[in-house]
Amino acid sequence: MKKIKISVIVLLMLALTTLLVACGGDDSPEGEATDVKTAGGDLEDATELTFWTFAGTHADFFVNAAERWNEENADRPIKLTAETYPFDQMHNNLLLALQSGKGAPDLVDIEIAKFSNFLMGEIQLEPLNDLIESEIDSFIQSRLDIYSKDGTVYGAPTHLGATVVYYNQEIMDEAGVDIDSIQTYDDFVEAGKIVVEKTDKPMTIIPTSWYGIWPFITQRDSDFFDENGNLTMDNEVNIETLQYIADMIHVHEIAIVPPGNHYHSEEFYGFMNDGGAASIIVPLFYMKDFTEYMPDLKGKMQIRPMPTWPDSDKRTVGMGGTGTAVTKQSENVDLAKEFLYFAKMSEEGNIRLWTELGFDPPRWDVWEAPELHEDNPYYEFFHEGIFDMLLDIRDEVGSVNMTDNIPDALDEIDTNVMHQVVRENTHTAAEALEEAAKNVQAKIDSKN
Amino acid sequence: MGSRKNRNFFNSQKVAPYVFVSPFILSFLVLTLYPTIKAFIMSFQNILPGQVTFIGWNNYIRAVKSPTFYIALKNSTIYMVLTVVILVAIPIILAVILDSNLTKFKTFFRSSLFIPSLTSVVVAGIIFRMIFAESDTAVANQVIGWFGLEPMNWRNTGWSAMFLMVLLATWRWLGVNILYFLAGLQNIPNELYESAEIDGANVFQKFTNITLPFLKPIIIFVTTISIIGGFRVFEESFVFWETSSPGNIALTLVTFLYQQGIHQNDMGYGAAVGVIVLLIVFVVSFINLLLSGAFKRSDT
Repeated sequence: MKKIKISVIVLLMLALTTLLVACGGDDSPEGEATDVKTAGGDLEDATELTFWTFAGTHADFFVNAAERWNEENADRPIKLTAETYPFDQMHNNLLLALQSGKGAPDLVDIEIAKFSNFLMGEIQLEPLNDLIESEIDSFIQSRLDIYSKDGTVYGAPTHLGATVVYYNQEIMDEAGVDIDSIQTYDDFVEAGKIVVEKTDKPMTIIPTSWYGIWPFITQRDSDFFDENGNLTMDNEVNIETLQYIADMIHVHEIAIVPPGNHYHSEEFYGFMNDGGAASIIVPLFYMKDFTEYMPDLKGKMQIRPMPTWPDSDKRTVGMGGTGTAVTKQSENVDLAKEFLYFAKMSEEGNIRLWTELGFDPPRWDVWEAPELHEDNPYYEFFHEGIFDMLLDIRDEVGSVNMTDNIPDALDEIDTNVMHQVVRENTHTAAEALEEAAKNVQAKIDSKN
Repeated sequence: MGSRKNRNFFNSQKVAPYVFVSPFILSFLVLTLYPTIKAFIMSFQNILPGQVTFIGWNNYIRAVKSPTFYIALKNSTIYMVLTVVILVAIPIILAVILDSNLTKFKTFFRSSLFIPSLTSVVVAGIIFRMIFAESDTAVANQVIGWFGLEPMNWRNTGWSAMFLMVLLATWRWLGVNILYFLAGLQNIPNELYESAEIDGANVFQKFTNITLPFLKPIIIFVTTISIIGGFRVFEESFVFWETSSPGNIALTLVTFLYQQGIHQNDMGYGAAVGVIVLLIVFVVSFINLLLSGAFKRSDT
């Protein structure tokens, strides 16, 4: 009798641990890249480099760069293998590879919100400062800072990510509003009221992710953390800004939460493509989404700088981004770094970031290059003069402060703050941000 | 000579069983026991590249003090209870119907109910997300529109978030559980039903007095795996909201583990949450087995 009991317990234990250990793994084949591209495979004595990314277009970009490299550096050819993985899986694999000391690629794309995860402990990425020391003034400094720790740069920026307003000219015309007359957020709200009244369409949309708050507080030189890493989530500017945004929805009724909650959902693409809203405020890299998913808006969209707040002149902020890094596990660190510079940090590389990917290059010294002003699908879809506008606002680019604890703050914003204030209107901005700050601070304190 | 000796060795009644189970034992040791022990160790550590330090019970204290952990625990528990109730009751009834001689097209229904469990939950999740999109034209909102109800914001409302997860789980596991019960039904001797009929028992009496008692071992088994599955729910939440749902309405224990351990690079903390989940599941399953009398020696 007793024996049976014990064996049942042991069996149960075994069954439980088996099931638990299998958690989450059964449906996601780990380690399989969804797409693999190579360059230089037929070259003899080529040094092999691997590159991981989560965006197929970035893989193409690096493969093209490797082919150019092999033409120009026949004595040091490389064989580049570019592997594309789903977003989460790639970052998870990289985290585990760097933690365990095995299996990391030579070069890797790391998204901005994930970047701080890789700057903890003994940093497993190579410093890139020596590559750009002599040209550092050509870069928009803040785009290097977001991938830096203690003055050392670990990631090569992909774009400036200048946040702008995309206006739907058709709707604005119908409402009879001149978009160039919108200079401040108060103008924006007033124009919005006319748009809603005349066309019955919302002036803009506010996503319930950090894209609905971070650009705006950054514009006012505020942030979730200050330069020293102290939590400033619930400071006066942030509260006032979030309340202003919430009021656009709940008081002035000129804005709505987008279908699908954010800018990158199928529901939203359909809604916007049908002329669902008069404007959206989003970084320049969103041009690609317009051209790919909202073809009906061709020729109808106008790009303008963000309106300004009373206490700040900043008309744009750098948002989002991906830093390409070289890992310490690479057997050819120097070659990998040189290639990274060639592909993405050189003048030529930056020009190609625009011509091949449609990104606003992080090096402002190429903004006047003739290649950036030639006809291309983006000018055709939108209009010319995008870089003249950027040059005009170059000194007004606001930037975010990155710290180890940024994922905690963003998580709190995405999960609670935006939901409570923007979507549900159950909390005032002050209540939600104060509670969020308390939670984040508790989390930071408990870590130490 | 040598080979015959070898053959005798492997053929001997003492050795052969071990040879047969060795693949399982090996994979269990390497892929299950080792990671489990490692997870226990990690749960007492702070883990960063090149800086692994023991920090005692700190990770556990953080978990127990974190209000978010209790939200996850609450959601997982509600989900577990709902799936256990639904995924035991409905499959029994469907299995009986599918086993009855009065049902036509049995094979067709059996296979259509089983197909969902072969589908990738990620693919299914995308379809479910579209069906329950918030626009007025989405399928689910159209359907409730026929009953004069307002369009719902399914993915952003507390109760409907739980409903979506349970619905997806039900859709996915119904066929598998029906299969277990169908197998159980084959073991019930027909004579019992015949003699019951002679005694004048109606359909309901036959079900409660013959079918259910005979299915008891299967019910215990299905309940146990549903409890375990309920507490370790991850995909059902992930496919709808990934790692962060509005107001944490769909945060489960394993989503919390994933969010903290991997997304926020806090693997020691994640491991501690994992160990807590293991203990909870063990205790709850043990109570379930105790109450259902699985430990009592039966003579059948």
